[in-house]
Order: sequence, then C-alpha cells, then structure tokens
Amino acid sequence: MSFTQRHLLGIEPLRPDAITEILDVAENYVTLNRQPTKHSNALAGLTQINMFFENSTRTQASFELAGKRLGADVMNMAMQASSIKKGETLIDTALTLNAMHPDLLVVRHPHSGAVDLLAQKVNCAVLNAGDGKHEHPTQALLDALTIRRAKGRLHRLNIAICGDIAHSRVARSNLILLGKMENRVRLVGPPTLMPSQISELGVEVYHDMRQGLQDVDVVMMLRLQRERMDGGFIPSEREYYHRYGLDAEKLSYAKPDAIVMHPGPMNRGVEIDGDIADDINRSVIQEQVEMGVAVRMATMDLLARNMRNAQSGAKSGGQA
Amino acid sequence: MSTIKFTNAHVIDPLDGTVSQRDLYVADGRIVETVANPDEIVDCGGKYLAPGIVDIGVKVAEPGERHKESYKSAGAAAAAGGVTTIVTRPDTNPPIDTPEALEFIRRRAADAVGVNVLHMAALTKGRLGLEMTEIGFLQDAGAAAFTDGDNVISNTKILSRALTYAKSLDALCMLHPQEPILSAGAAVTSGKFASLRGLPAVSPMAERMGIDRDIAMIEMTGAKVHFDQITTARALPALERAKANGLDVTAGTSIHHLTLNEFDVADYRSFFKVKPPLRSEDDRLATIQAVASGLIDIISSMHTPQDEESKRLPFEEAAAGAVALETLLPAALRLVHGNYLDLPTLFRALSLNPANRLGLDCGRVSIGAPADLIVFDPDVPFVLDRKSLRSKSKNTPFDGQRMQGKVMATYVAGQKVFEQ
Repeated sequence: MSFTQRHLLGIEPLRPDAITEILDVAENYVTLNRQPTKHSNALAGLTQINMFFENSTRTQASFELAGKRLGADVMNMAMQASSIKKGETLIDTALTLNAMHPDLLVVRHPHSGAVDLLAQKVNCAVLNAGDGKHEHPTQALLDALTIRRAKGRLHRLNIAICGDIAHSRVARSNLILLGKMENRVRLVGPPTLMPSQISELGVEVYHDMRQGLQDVDVVMMLRLQRERMDGGFIPSEREYYHRYGLDAEKLSYAKPDAIVMHPGPMNRGVEIDGDIADDINRSVIQEQVEMGVAVRMATMDLLARNMRNAQSGAKSGGQA
Repeated sequence: MSTIKFTNAHVIDPLDGTVSQRDLYVADGRIVETVANPDEIVDCGGKYLAPGIVDIGVKVAEPGERHKESYKSAGAAAAAGGVTTIVTRPDTNPPIDTPEALEFIRRRAADAVGVNVLHMAALTKGRLGLEMTEIGFLQDAGAAAFTDGDNVISNTKILSRALTYAKSLDALCMLHPQEPILSAGAAVTSGKFASLRGLPAVSPMAERMGIDRDIAMIEMTGAKVHFDQITTARALPALERAKANGLDVTAGTSIHHLTLNEFDVADYRSFFKVKPPLRSEDDRLATIQAVASGLIDIISSMHTPQDEESKRLPFEEAAAGAVALETLLPAALRLVHGNYLDLPTLFRALSLNPANRLGLDCGRVSIGAPADLIVFDPDVPFVLDRKSLRSKSKNTPFDGQRMQGKVMATYVAGQKVFEQ
C-alpha cells in the first residue's frame, strides 16, 4: 500500500508511488466500466455525501456515478442554496453533516483551503473536488491516467499547459503531479494569467504559444472563464483566440503524435478550435471524462480501504 | 508618597544605549537621583529593569465589539506584557471620530485600566476618507494622534487638506502606506507560496507605492506623520530619502512582521492572517535591519483582537489581525537571542522612540521621568498556551510555540500593576 492518506486533499502530499497505485486501481475500474454490468461492492454500506458549494455538473455527476457503481449510498447537497445562505459557517455545516455519520465527503468550495479546514473537523474521509484556485486532485489524476494510456508512460514527456493558469486549480494540481512523475512541464499563456514566481516551481513559462508547443507530447488546454474576458485580464476574446487559441496551425508545432486535452467545459472558438476538439486522432477529451469516473472510483475505494484498515488497527490495538 | 529602591538590577537605558548594573530610585511616581530611606526595596534578583513599553496602534474593541476585547482585559494584558502605555486605534464600531466618542472611551479606559492609555482619533469622519474630522476639538479632548487605521485615504485632495489642517495644530497623523486598489482583497503577499496555495495576493510593491505617494503628500503639506507599518525592503529607500530630506516622518513596524514570514501561513492557518500580510524572509530580514539601524523607529504589537467566529473560516474570508500585547516582548526578545538587536536598541524601538514621537516624557530611565518600569527575565523559557492570555480574544500566531523571556513585574508611575 502506497496511498495511505486518510483524505485526498491535494496532489502535493502524495508520493509518486501513491499516484501510480491510484492509477493502477483505476485501470481495473476502466475495465469494469466497459462491462454491461458495472457494479462492485467496494463501498457497499458506506454513505457518500457530495457537498458542492460551487456550481458543478460534470464533476458532481462523475462522483455520483462513481459512488453508485461502487455500491455506496450517495447523497447530493447543493450548498449554494442551503444553510450557508442562512449564515451558517462552514465548520458548523461540517459538524452537522458529520453527526449523520457519512463515510466519504466529496467537497467543492470557491475558497482555497476551505476543504482542508473542513477535513480537520470531521471523522470521515474527505475528497477535494476543487477548492478555489488551490487544487483539484481527481482532475490531475484522471489527466495522468489519460496520458499514461495514450502515451504508454507517465514520465519523460514534454507537456504544455495552456491558458488561464492563474485562476486554475486544474493547472496547479497538474503541474505538481506531472512534476512529481518526472515530466517537463511548460506553462503557456499571457503574463496576466500567469501566477507570480511560478517558474520557481520547476516549470518553464512561455508567452508565445508556438514556442511553447514546440515538440511537446501533450497539449493541455484550460478553460478561460467568461468573466476574465472583459478587458481586465486580456484585451478581448478574439485577440485571445488569435494568440492563445489552439488551432491546427499552432498545434503543428507540437510532435505529430501529440494529444490534445481539455478539462471541460470547452469554449469552442475561444481557447480551442472546434475541429481540433473533435479530431479523434488528436483529441482525448472524451476519454478524459471516461477516466474521470474510473479515477474517482479508485480514490474512493482506496480511501475506504484506508478507513477500514485504521478501524481494524484501532480494534486490535485495543485488544492488545 | 512612597519611595522605592530597585536594587540588584541590570538597568537598560535606551537613551544612552547602555545596560548597567546599578540601583534605581523612585519617589512620588518619578525616577529620582537617590532616596535616603526608601519605603520599599525591590530586589530584582539580577534580572533586567527597563522603561515600560509604549505601544502605538492597539485595538481595544470598545465600543462595538466588547466581547472581543474590553479596556479591562486589554489593560490586564498590557500590564502582563510589560506595556505601560497603550495608544489605541480609532477603528472601532462606531469609529472614534467625534469628541463625544473620544470622551466616552476615555471614561471607559480610566475606570478599568492600570496602565496609561492614550487614544488616537480618526482623521476622516467614519474613516471613510471623505471629510476630515474635528481635529481641533478632538485634540482638545485628548486625541494623541489621528489615523484612519488601515483604511487608506485614496482621495489625495481630502488627504492633503486633512494633513494641512493637522499641521496647523501640530497634530501627529498616522498613515498606512499601501496602494489601496492594488492591495484590495489580498490575503497574502504574492510570490511562490501564494501561487501554490491559490490565495488572492498583493505585490509587496503596493507598500512602496503607498509610501511614495504619502511622502509626496508630506512634502507638499509639511505634516507630521508616522507610518504605522513598514514591512518590505522596497519601501525602505523611500523612507530613508524622506528622513534625509528633513521631512517630519517616523515609521513603525509590527512584531509579527519582524518574527514571522509568509510561509508560516502553511496550510491556511488563519491566525497568521494579518494586515498587511506576512512577507518574504528577505523582507523580514531587511525590516529587522532597518530597526537595528534606527531607520524604522518603532516596534508595535498592532494588537488586533478577533474572536474564533471571525477566524475559523476559509483563509480568504477570515478576519485579519492578531493579539499581541502579552507576546510583544517575548517575541521581540527572539531578535535579541538571535543577535539581531541588543537590548538597548530593542527598548529604543519599544519605549523611547514611541514616547518621543508622542511628546511623552516616559520611555526612559532618566531622572525626572515617570517611573513606568518593567522587571523582566529575558531568558526564562516557556511554551505559549493561547488559553492563558488575558485578552478576551486568543488569536495569537504563537500558540504552542517555544518562547523565551517573561515580565516579572510592571510598574506605572511607581505603582505595581502586575507581578508574575
């Protein structure tokens, strides 16, 4: 066992062998998910609560499906509409839910560090489904699985992450994971969307997309949020597409067999050309969604195993 | 009146920069040459005797948030921390921006506190930066200085008029050097750490932009100004130039910026959220150096009580500020134990300089000065338990940390107000 954590709060605390273990377990679930009968009993009897303090359709659906396929009792809570509006603090909400004895809490929150704070207050395993601009660990893991399956390895690859790095938790988790697995990571985007001193984290920063994509194996595009397009961070949508949108011409600088990734939802014609997104020879965007369910099944399965080990360890410790 | 002889003490004199083993005499609440038959002999047991701390910029949460800190609890914390004069901030709710409000808190303080209390008043009404307060009336009512706290007056026309008017009354103004738009919403200092944690960040350059603007305003108006907190290396050359050009400026810094850096926030620990945010290690070392050289004149606690409810939140939402009246001296002694400062230099910044800036005759051990004195042992080790603090709020970043140095006794005008 390499993945021994009680929670999955980020990629930062994970060792490379733990990442490999999660991906190996996820491979089994990829196989299971392609069977006509997709059920396992890994989480049978356990309760999973999805708490989303921020809008999400895809991630929440993916976690819900993952939990159901593993036999957990899954409950979704749309937190924007609930007690938070009535003035309840995050910690009180956590304590209230904790009293209902959930086993897995899947949490998304608009503020960085909020999921860490919540994890300190509950007895169950907590999965970070994205906190502010901090981390989105299952996205990085599903991206890693997608790359490993497409490229046959997850090391010594040149990978470009392109677009709005500054506001992206996906970018942070990915650059940490890909760095841990010994890849060369490049960040490509306008300087206004680049976090300060990010080059000190062992990545190369490019402001020219053609240079940035030169000979890369993987092109990972990020979503540009609409509220950033109004002249505050970039001059306009069309200038952004011209300079940083992925089209066939820019992609031609990458290796001929380079794959194109996007965490979704896409803005066709803003950060990515529609034809490229749909090109089955280059784009692995649909595969990413499929890997998402498998990776989430794997992380929840492993967290549940760790939880059972801790419980049986405590019991035998008590008898001795 | 009673007379006291302090004996067997190392006396710290920040005025001439010495530590000497000698006796010190007190009569009628003041330090005197000698006393023939003292009523009381205090054996300091070979420990140190120093002028009490004058702490500019203490937030007492009266009126408005007495559950966070009252004058009584702040006074007890100050006495235990060796602070013999607290100079309060007006950023209460409502703010201290009228002579009536000032009179109210003066009465509250007089009833409750054993240490000296001076009050600052707001420079603009409601601390909104739109209209100046009744600076003259407030001065008559006893305002020691004028400040809007960390609300920067962004309208330079308003600020120039307020400073010009204050200048005509020889009133001291305290400014918060910060470019307000650039720093809006920031929870940490920009850099590698902020990028990794994904927290909203401000460039340290915002402080330099703030001080550059404010120095131009001081040059224009001739006003007497103290900068509350200088915390970055980039702001120091501007301060140095302003002093060299003969402007009436002094600068302070907070104990937290001298003893902690941005990495202490670690996994989103909101008790380390202060304003301005903790800086890089390079900035911290430059700030210490500036205190040692005298470029930065004053060290303050920037005591800011916050209750658990306002701190136990996601980092971005959590309130800024830390309590520090009781931890000011032990934290500052880290700089002495680390050989960054000697004791006379430390007490120049804690006691003498703030007293001088406010026109007070305390903060020294000279003949005729008020007997505001502390006896302390700089070496005694302890682990801080925040629950043991006398402040109503326990939001200290030093909880569980090893510290060295404790106040044994505190005297205000020759009266003992605290004893270990």
